[in-house]
Amino acid sequence: MKLFGLIAVIIVGALLLSATGDFPDFGDPQSPASASPLSTHYIEGSVYETKVPNLVTAVLADYRGFDTMFETVVIFVAGIGIIAVLRAFGTPAAELPEGGGEEGDDDLIIRTTCNLVFPVIQVFALYVVAHGHHSPGGGFQGGVMLGASYILLALSCGLPAAKRRLGERQTIVLAAIGVIVFAGWGVACVLFGGNFLDYAALDPIIPGDVQMARSHSMLGVEIGVAFTVTAIMFVIYANLSTRGRLRDGL
Amino acid sequence: MEPALASFLQEQIVPKFNYWVYVVLMMIGLYAMIAKNNLIKKLIGMSIFQTAIILFYVSVGAKDGAGIPILDHHTYEHALEHPGDEHIDRDGYANPLPHVLMLTAIVVGVSTLGLALAIAQRIFTSFGSIEEDEILEKLQPGGHD
Repeated sequence: MKLFGLIAVIIVGALLLSATGDFPDFGDPQSPASASPLSTHYIEGSVYETKVPNLVTAVLADYRGFDTMFETVVIFVAGIGIIAVLRAFGTPAAELPEGGGEEGDDDLIIRTTCNLVFPVIQVFALYVVAHGHHSPGGGFQGGVMLGASYILLALSCGLPAAKRRLGERQTIVLAAIGVIVFAGWGVACVLFGGNFLDYAALDPIIPGDVQMARSHSMLGVEIGVAFTVTAIMFVIYANLSTRGRLRDGL
Repeated sequence: MEPALASFLQEQIVPKFNYWVYVVLMMIGLYAMIAKNNLIKKLIGMSIFQTAIILFYVSVGAKDGAGIPILDHHTYEHALEHPGDEHIDRDGYANPLPHVLMLTAIVVGVSTLGLALAIAQRIFTSFGSIEEDEILEKLQPGGHD
């Protein structure tokens, strides 16, 4: 099996490497991907159409909003799948995994440091979400940071401390709210006479001109993405670290 | 060094080293997925494979002398004040499209990895092993469990 695998891998690698001669050079501005009308339009035109300087966010949340919406759904479904596969409801206390730290191992340094760092991480994560269309950042990145702050809390003060702030029911509701915000934003565009996720249709209810409507809508859907990502990151950690029992983690 | 080898290096490898790196990384991941017996090692291979694809896409979007795909402050202000006066230099910014595609691919990679780890953990609680041959042995009709 190993030999067969090695032979197959070498054949595939040789085929791929033999094709690299036809690829554009690294960093070539005239490569087909970079010189295509689509990419050129994203760079040259998106700021006039959306007033968003972060081109990645403009493409992510506006031009390719449909893709990003289902990306959020993928994350949501992955979280639900993890709960379905792993979560053990009503396990008797006798079957709790051996070891496992009791709540609040009294390490003063770890507790104090994490309590100091926890709010700073969250404020910075909110900044990354809210400023995602003007500087590097966005819903995915900020959501991961928010989720990481809860994971840090679970690591330092025990999973029950984190669950008091973000309970299991709340995580699922939060993840669903994120998807609903994104999809609802698209439905609102339909209600105002545009296409699904065509933010320009929301011009009558969002202050500013048409471009600002698209810019603000990007912020709105990014917040939805951040909700889902935050919740699912914590679901992944909490279920994986406790074998789905959510009693006491690592 | 022989002239033929030197010219091959100059023309085929040095300007296209990103493809060589991604192919090598991808082959490492593919081999791990095919040949390794341990489910976690297979998942590590899958992650390496995904990373290779991400590297491929992002390197395709790179341009010599270009910055990140975020308009600098001066250009942005000018664009706001003079709509219609399109003066943005497309060679000054990296191609944003591969970045967008890979941004979502990274997140999907995290969720698939999390789900795969959950299934692996479930397999471990059911079969007491994450070695593929041991699981297959237990799945045989004669095997226990």
